[in-house]
Amino acid sequence: MSSSSRTFSAEILATTGINAATCYQCGKCSAGCPMASESDLRPHNIMRLVIQGRREQALADETIWLCLTCETCSARCPNGCDPARVIDAVRELSLEEGSATQPRRIAAFHRAFLSRIRATGRLHEVGMVVDYKLRSGDFMSDVTNAPAMLTRGKLSLRAERIDGVDEMKRMFAKCGVTL
Amino acid sequence: MSRVGVFVCHCGENIARTVDCAAVAETLKDHPGVAFATDYKYMCSDPGQTLIKKAIEEHNLTGVVVAACSPHMHEKTFRRASDQAGLNKYMCEMANIREHCSWIHEDRGEATAKAIDIARTIVEKVKHNQPLESIRIPVTKRALVIGAGIAGIQAALDIADGGHQVILIEKDASIGGHMSQLSETFPTLDCSQCILTPRMVEAYQHPNITLRTWSEVEKVSGYIGNFTVKIRKKARSVDEDLCNGCGDCYAACPAKKIPSEFEAGLGKRTAISVPFPQAVPNIPVLDRVNCTLFKGRRKGLAKDACGKCKEACLKGAIDYDTEDTFIEEEVGAIAVATGFQLYSIGREQPEGLKGYGEYGYGEVPDVIDGLQFERLASASGPTAGAIRRPSDGKEPRTVVFVHCVGSRDPDKGIKYCSKICCMYNAKHAMLYKHKVHGGRAVAFYMDIRAAGKGYDEFSRRAIEEDGAEYIRGRVSKIYRDGDIVKVWGYDTLSGEQVVIDADMVVLATAMRPQPGIQELAQILSVSYDEHGFINEAHPKLRPVETNTAGVFVAGACQAPRDIPDSVAMASAAAAKVMGLFSADELEREPAVAIVDESTCIGCMRCQSACAYGAIEQRDICTVDGHVCGHVAYVNPGVCQGCGTCQAVCLSKSVELQTFTDEQVYSEINALSAWE
Amino acid sequence: MTETATPARPSPAGVAYYPGCSLHGTSREFDESLRAVTTALGIGITEIRDWSCCGASSGHTTNHLLGVALPARNLALAEAQGFSSVLAPCAACYNRLAAARLAVATEEGLAERLPDILGHPFENSVEVHNAVELLRDAAPLIEEKVAATLTPNPLEGVKLAAYYGCLLVRPFEVCGYDDPEQPTSMDEVINACGADDVDWNMKVECCGGAFSVSRTASVVRLGRAIIDDARAHGAEAIVVACPLCHSNLDLRQKAMVERGGEPMPILFITQMVGLAVGLSPAVLGLERHFVDTEPLLERLTKQAVEREAAEKRVKEEAAAKAAERAAKQKAAAAEAGAGGAPGGEAQ
Repeated sequence: MSSSSRTFSAEILATTGINAATCYQCGKCSAGCPMASESDLRPHNIMRLVIQGRREQALADETIWLCLTCETCSARCPNGCDPARVIDAVRELSLEEGSATQPRRIAAFHRAFLSRIRATGRLHEVGMVVDYKLRSGDFMSDVTNAPAMLTRGKLSLRAERIDGVDEMKRMFAKCGVTL
Repeated sequence: MSRVGVFVCHCGENIARTVDCAAVAETLKDHPGVAFATDYKYMCSDPGQTLIKKAIEEHNLTGVVVAACSPHMHEKTFRRASDQAGLNKYMCEMANIREHCSWIHEDRGEATAKAIDIARTIVEKVKHNQPLESIRIPVTKRALVIGAGIAGIQAALDIADGGHQVILIEKDASIGGHMSQLSETFPTLDCSQCILTPRMVEAYQHPNITLRTWSEVEKVSGYIGNFTVKIRKKARSVDEDLCNGCGDCYAACPAKKIPSEFEAGLGKRTAISVPFPQAVPNIPVLDRVNCTLFKGRRKGLAKDACGKCKEACLKGAIDYDTEDTFIEEEVGAIAVATGFQLYSIGREQPEGLKGYGEYGYGEVPDVIDGLQFERLASASGPTAGAIRRPSDGKEPRTVVFVHCVGSRDPDKGIKYCSKICCMYNAKHAMLYKHKVHGGRAVAFYMDIRAAGKGYDEFSRRAIEEDGAEYIRGRVSKIYRDGDIVKVWGYDTLSGEQVVIDADMVVLATAMRPQPGIQELAQILSVSYDEHGFINEAHPKLRPVETNTAGVFVAGACQAPRDIPDSVAMASAAAAKVMGLFSADELEREPAVAIVDESTCIGCMRCQSACAYGAIEQRDICTVDGHVCGHVAYVNPGVCQGCGTCQAVCLSKSVELQTFTDEQVYSEINALSAWE
Repeated sequence: MTETATPARPSPAGVAYYPGCSLHGTSREFDESLRAVTTALGIGITEIRDWSCCGASSGHTTNHLLGVALPARNLALAEAQGFSSVLAPCAACYNRLAAARLAVATEEGLAERLPDILGHPFENSVEVHNAVELLRDAAPLIEEKVAATLTPNPLEGVKLAAYYGCLLVRPFEVCGYDDPEQPTSMDEVINACGADDVDWNMKVECCGGAFSVSRTASVVRLGRAIIDDARAHGAEAIVVACPLCHSNLDLRQKAMVERGGEPMPILFITQMVGLAVGLSPAVLGLERHFVDTEPLLERLTKQAVEREAAEKRVKEEAAAKAAERAAKQKAAAAEAGAGGAPGGEAQ
């Protein structure tokens, strides 16, 4: 094995406790993956990239952002390889190193979500959606739904703000997450 | 006065590279009690052994120490050489200066000093050795074979042909095992029953074989060459001597809807029945659980609710009032050949296993296992050999075969490969394609394991000639969608999800040992692994023996295995049994424990500590026969020489020969005496 | 699986309530119906003071440590406020809280780091449960209440599909209270309400979850498969216990169902129980749904009323027949008494 594979595999092992070599590429995870039809790489492909040490390719692939974290792959994996956790870890690495090629909308969604809860402690959905739209440029979707949601009382216009907002900022800082 | 000879082996470079063998020999020359010491390149070689023998004769040696490799390797060699030179072989010991010294150290000076110490301790031990004679025990030249599938039948026939009596015991009503349920066998596509039934008949008719069907082993005591076995003959309700196999009873039986075990649940049988028409013996068994009469008796009915079979029997062979009976047999060897069962994907599982919820926990109609497919394909099966869906009897146009269901699935609790499934899946695909022209056979696999003779060619035939579609990938989910069974698979070679709308799905489920194997193993005092497979004595070199002397193993009860390997193993076990029976007496190593009855206080701690059941209580009687106490007694035939009794004995009354307290203490003292 | 992940019954009174952001926003009706039902069943819940967002999928997707810290803060709060058990109805919140609990118990060094990250002490002593568990454990109580309710049960005999989705049952080490492939806990609650649980195939297949906003097309594809399968197996409505599943299947249903096709109402499990014990649709927030539940409820209520009336009729007829028989026997006995033996009793 090349030195790069030892590093990437070892990296994943260190952060997740998962030994990627236990994956024998049976494909059962990918057979049941709800997003497989929309991704280039499937869960077992990601595991293969880890075993082979193809770090750059793994971190740069869009597929890891299409994962729904539905955990179907991990639930059915015969070897308990936990591909969902491995994909989580690859995403983390990708964000840390800034090589994230998250599809723009998904990145925008997560950023909007996290910055909102950091600011107020709870998710204010209207605020978040506005934030998301501004970040993603996705202005048109759900526009037709908004009035209906308002009349059904599903959207509150006022954000809830907790007392412990400083704790939120502290947590983000201590975990090293800047937005 | 001791005259010990010390022989230091170089073992080529193995010892000599790290230990100065000449120096060891030189130093030992001056050790008190050593009459001769030398070193040589290869002590185990012919000239090396001659060296030892000559020295014994020329120097009148009373003991021999060979400082070389491990006793495991060559103790027998050097003891034989000593014996040939006229010195009792138990006066010869080995000092391990290879595994315990040269192979684990690097510093020559320190290793040599250690080798000298090791040699000294063994010299001191040998000074306390006593000449011992092998223990001789008688052998009962009868064998017991447990399980009458193909392996059991083969073993029994071989032993019987070898001129010895065999008791062949089978828990089911007929012999034949799972092989009798198969349609055709790979790689020849021979009709399974056609090749099996002649053997079954031979076993039945063989003058040296006593067949006991519908029977189980209840208790085993004794030791190699001298086992006493208690057999439970379950109540058949049919007299085996009166019955002529006419079948009138099962024709008359009104309870016709009981799922047939032989048909793997796909067919029905009556309460009184033979499992299949070619059953051996062709004598029915009354299933008291499902019989109307017995159900009534359990409810406490005053009058018997049925009696049709008894009425129908012209021979008067049926008796509802029989009970289980017990038979005791004396045998010299036991062979275990209890075979396998298939893993079930259901919700209810024994400890350590999980079912396949993603495949519906066995409740999805038209999802069957390999044995059920065999019954469908079999000409004597519930559909007379036509492939039909169990749900509606229609012919399936698309059948999916799923490999590795349970096997190679640590998450479900089974890490191992079941070995036969790749082959029988290919066979099933071929049989299906032969019977349903234009049908589609799809197999989802991970790897193809086809290592036997003609096996790979056979599995390629399924693909190349019979058009089976092999897709490499495992199946994530199986469920019923209206009239079809949906299979969510993956093709890892082309990188696509594959969804098949199947009419029928056949799961290749894992092979496991039979239920009740752990209880049987405990009765026999043999060890088994976490799955229940019987443990062989050594995985490479002793595959048909167990760690219990006199108990042998053959077939799928030891590990997943196909028919040719089971047959070979059965013949091997038979050969071992016949080897055992070739002499009238068995020779055993005298390295057994002996109790000094004059000092034994009868606390029997040794008996509780003995893992082999080798220790008995012996009454001490006064002159007029009055029992005044008891002591322990070690059965020299069963004792395995582990020494545990010696360690726990409070009065120091029991000692292991060749490792007496004196011998062991002398070794320990030797380490400190010569700093 | 560690002992901390082993589920046990929630403490009878004084369960800490963690609503999560959705129950205060787009899934208000889940919160409303939960409060109404727990009150009706006499189960005491108390909202955790100053709770904060659990981070849902954005948290753990971005940073593992943050993904544990965000939910852990709420567990620490519950602990400090004297609770031993937290009820988190939102499936995503439930999964995050339970996963955090397991992570802190099993990952090396995490238990030591958390108090500093949170700025709170944290013993990881609180158990985490969801609404399905709560209601399953209360099933006998629900049955009692249903039987005692004066208005006829609109759900009697109605075919309902229990949709668990992903986060209520996976991963098994985190959830542990039900089978991850063929779960039955929600079905048990459906049966306790007098309805029939439907045997169907998409119980645990993902609805598209967090992609509701950012990748709606995926949600439409996945949701369509779920609704089609439920319908094919005869379901009259789908029961969920997750705000995201509800949102995906309800708010986005229009794109999944053919124009003019029969809509499939999506009920929260708490709304279902509420209906069975006689609470009004308004109290349960049913008018907030995008897929109108009124036609279904109207039909079911009418059915229930008719059924009760029919049962009453049958009872009355049977009683009348019995009375007739009794009268006849009395008359016969009287005749016999006049002609023969004295004082014959009617049998």
